[in-house]
Amino acid sequence: MKRTPVIEMKGISKRFPGVVANDNISFRVYPGEIHALLGENGAGKSTLMSILAGLYRPDNGIIKVKGKVVRLDSPRKALEAGIGMIYQHFRLIEKFTVAENIVLGAPHSPAKIKRELIERETEKISQNYGLTINPGARVHQLSLGEQQRVEIIKMLYRGCEVLIMDEPTTVLTPGEVKELFQILRAMSRQGKCIVLITHKLNEVMEIADYVTVLRRGRVVGEDRIENLDESRLTRMMVAREVEYSQVQRDKAPGQVILNVDRLKVRGDLGHLAVKEASFDLRQGEIMAIAGVAGNGQKELVEALAGIRPSSGSIEYQGEEIAHLKVRQRISLGINMVPEDRIGTGLVPNLSLIDNSILRNYYKEEFLSSFFIDYKKVRRYTEGIVDKYNVYFSDLKHPVNYLSGGNLQKLLLGREIEQTPRVLLASYPVRGLDVAAAEDIYGLLLKEREKGTAILLVLEDLEDIFRIADRVAVMYQGSISGILEVNKTSIEEIGSLMVGAQLTGVENG
Amino acid sequence: MDINAWTALLAATIVAGTPILFAAAGELLAERSGILNLGVEGMMLVGAALGFIVTVNTGNHCLGLLAALAGGGSMAAIHALVTVSLRGNQVVSGLALTIFGSGFSGFLGKSYQGIPMNYGFKSLNIPFLSDLPYVGPVFFRHDILVYLSVLLAILMWYLLFQTKWGLAIRSVGENPQAADAVGIDVSRIRYLCTIVGGMMAGLGGAYISLVYAPTWQENMTAGRGWIAVALVIFALWNPTRAILGAYLFGGVEALTFRLQTIGINLSSFFLVMFPYLVTILVLVLVTIRRRQDAGAPQALSMAYDREER
Repeated sequence: MKRTPVIEMKGISKRFPGVVANDNISFRVYPGEIHALLGENGAGKSTLMSILAGLYRPDNGIIKVKGKVVRLDSPRKALEAGIGMIYQHFRLIEKFTVAENIVLGAPHSPAKIKRELIERETEKISQNYGLTINPGARVHQLSLGEQQRVEIIKMLYRGCEVLIMDEPTTVLTPGEVKELFQILRAMSRQGKCIVLITHKLNEVMEIADYVTVLRRGRVVGEDRIENLDESRLTRMMVAREVEYSQVQRDKAPGQVILNVDRLKVRGDLGHLAVKEASFDLRQGEIMAIAGVAGNGQKELVEALAGIRPSSGSIEYQGEEIAHLKVRQRISLGINMVPEDRIGTGLVPNLSLIDNSILRNYYKEEFLSSFFIDYKKVRRYTEGIVDKYNVYFSDLKHPVNYLSGGNLQKLLLGREIEQTPRVLLASYPVRGLDVAAAEDIYGLLLKEREKGTAILLVLEDLEDIFRIADRVAVMYQGSISGILEVNKTSIEEIGSLMVGAQLTGVENG
Repeated sequence: MDINAWTALLAATIVAGTPILFAAAGELLAERSGILNLGVEGMMLVGAALGFIVTVNTGNHCLGLLAALAGGGSMAAIHALVTVSLRGNQVVSGLALTIFGSGFSGFLGKSYQGIPMNYGFKSLNIPFLSDLPYVGPVFFRHDILVYLSVLLAILMWYLLFQTKWGLAIRSVGENPQAADAVGIDVSRIRYLCTIVGGMMAGLGGAYISLVYAPTWQENMTAGRGWIAVALVIFALWNPTRAILGAYLFGGVEALTFRLQTIGINLSSFFLVMFPYLVTILVLVLVTIRRRQDAGAPQALSMAYDREER
């Protein structure tokens, strides 16, 4: 069989300061193929596809489109060659309407932007592929799933033959994932190629025709999906057996330590991000918060930690603490690991030493008279990096040189050293590879054993089933259900994530 | 004051607002593409000096205008080089250019201080319209540059909000990553908008030294460049609103002079303060309303680097 690949990348290498992101990679996509590019975080998938999309320039290697060598040195060139990429963070202008985003920058879009005209064009494509969207809506009004549809229509409007999607399912509910896969299948039937960057094996098994696996910047395996199974793919991806931590749910639940009653929290734009949240949290349990990103999880956690004002009641061991400031809550034992570990959690340009005492630099143990005693601080930091296996080159180097996993271990270690009674953590394993993620889950489970109450915002439903005792599902600022994890199913959680009520979810 | 005094005051308002309108419209274009240009004051000064010097030496005020355009444009090109290509800090570069422009124009114009100039622009009476009672003298008996400034602002509105090029410019100012991902050349748009903006600042400066007060004096723009920067915020980045704003500030200026001539001595400092008080007020109002589609371009004053991780 001698078919010409639509895309052929040969000997691609790309180095960033300190890392070889792609090392002599070859990659082919054939017409109508749904091709999964599988690998852990940091394996080089996004870099490779960003090269194909014209965002990065490779240090070596050639790219052929339909057999002809091309130089894709800008996204424009890539689009002209029929290659469009949908990034993990959507590249949409939030203030513009859907239709404006779609015609933006397209060479054949009309010179005079007439509202009705561009909205009709948008409608035409969206109906063709079953992508329902309101072309006159502004992007900031749309859910992430809808924004993704806008991105797909945008690429189709430009006549893209090859659509690259970077981790497209992370922002979707299980129902939306099904819809997306239907759309992708429809596109592949019309001869379009789809490259799916992912680290989720079940998705690969469900949708892909062909799989290429990357590890540490190299291709470690590729084959048709019929010749593969999940365990083979895992071995290729991580090159070792991974022991997944699993929570032991045999203990009787502890005492209620935190009681939240009708909490309301405003978001950054002034709207009620949390409309009403009531729940309690027990000692020695992990309660996960599930939901599509942007349904109020972030605001809820920040309100509990005290960095965002709220109304309603928060009781800690029977005492009202809603009026207390952050530092007072910390001294009670309420600690937080925020969503963006670098930025909110750690100060990127400060050293490991400085970052490790951000929470408690004012405590006497680090002071000698008025001054911070850096000898003591250094010893303290050495204790943390030792105990939590943080790899670093120099304690005095800024933390932004650390990898995601090491950052998270430093951050989590710093908070655990405070001996929290309540630990709030948002997306603690986001962007980490399997090994680092398991380290983090291991630490959290150990805390649970010690009796700490843990509130965990998670995006991966499978992780919830491994780690959590209970799960609260958030939808549009309200808790649509709180369930015992071992008495529920992914489908039930999935339907709560899109707003179903707890009763009558059997059909959902 | 009789009715003729009022029409004279309103006509003076339009003339006083014109240099501000040129500069503000130019600044607005640059800011819509994401480049904050605080060098406007310096570019106006260089435009004023070059415009005056070239006109006096050649006897041709059109050559004077060209020199002012070139002066403002090349200073803006420096700003674009520093902030777009080298990704330098926009505030620092803009402030440096203002200080540089102030000194450089003083140096150029040193031997031209106080020289009279008689090559001004004749007023261009619009047929029929200029004969209308009251309305005619206020709006339709001005020099060609007054009409040009309004025309430019309206054209700019059309460009920004009705055409695909305007959509591209605004997208670069809002989210350069997104613009780049659909094949828009972010750097080119930012260079173009900044340079055209600087040329308009130069033109505004030349209007002062050639028409408004036909002479050269050191620092004769007297803060109008800063008023233009403030006016962009006041206008919520909309050129048609900038026309109104420019005439509002022009009116305050004209009124201050008028009050002085009839014996009421309002401090000229009030004139300098007023636009900023209004700007602060507008900023407060805009923040309270938090409208998504109004307000500053989101990527304003942020450099764009494609390969940044």
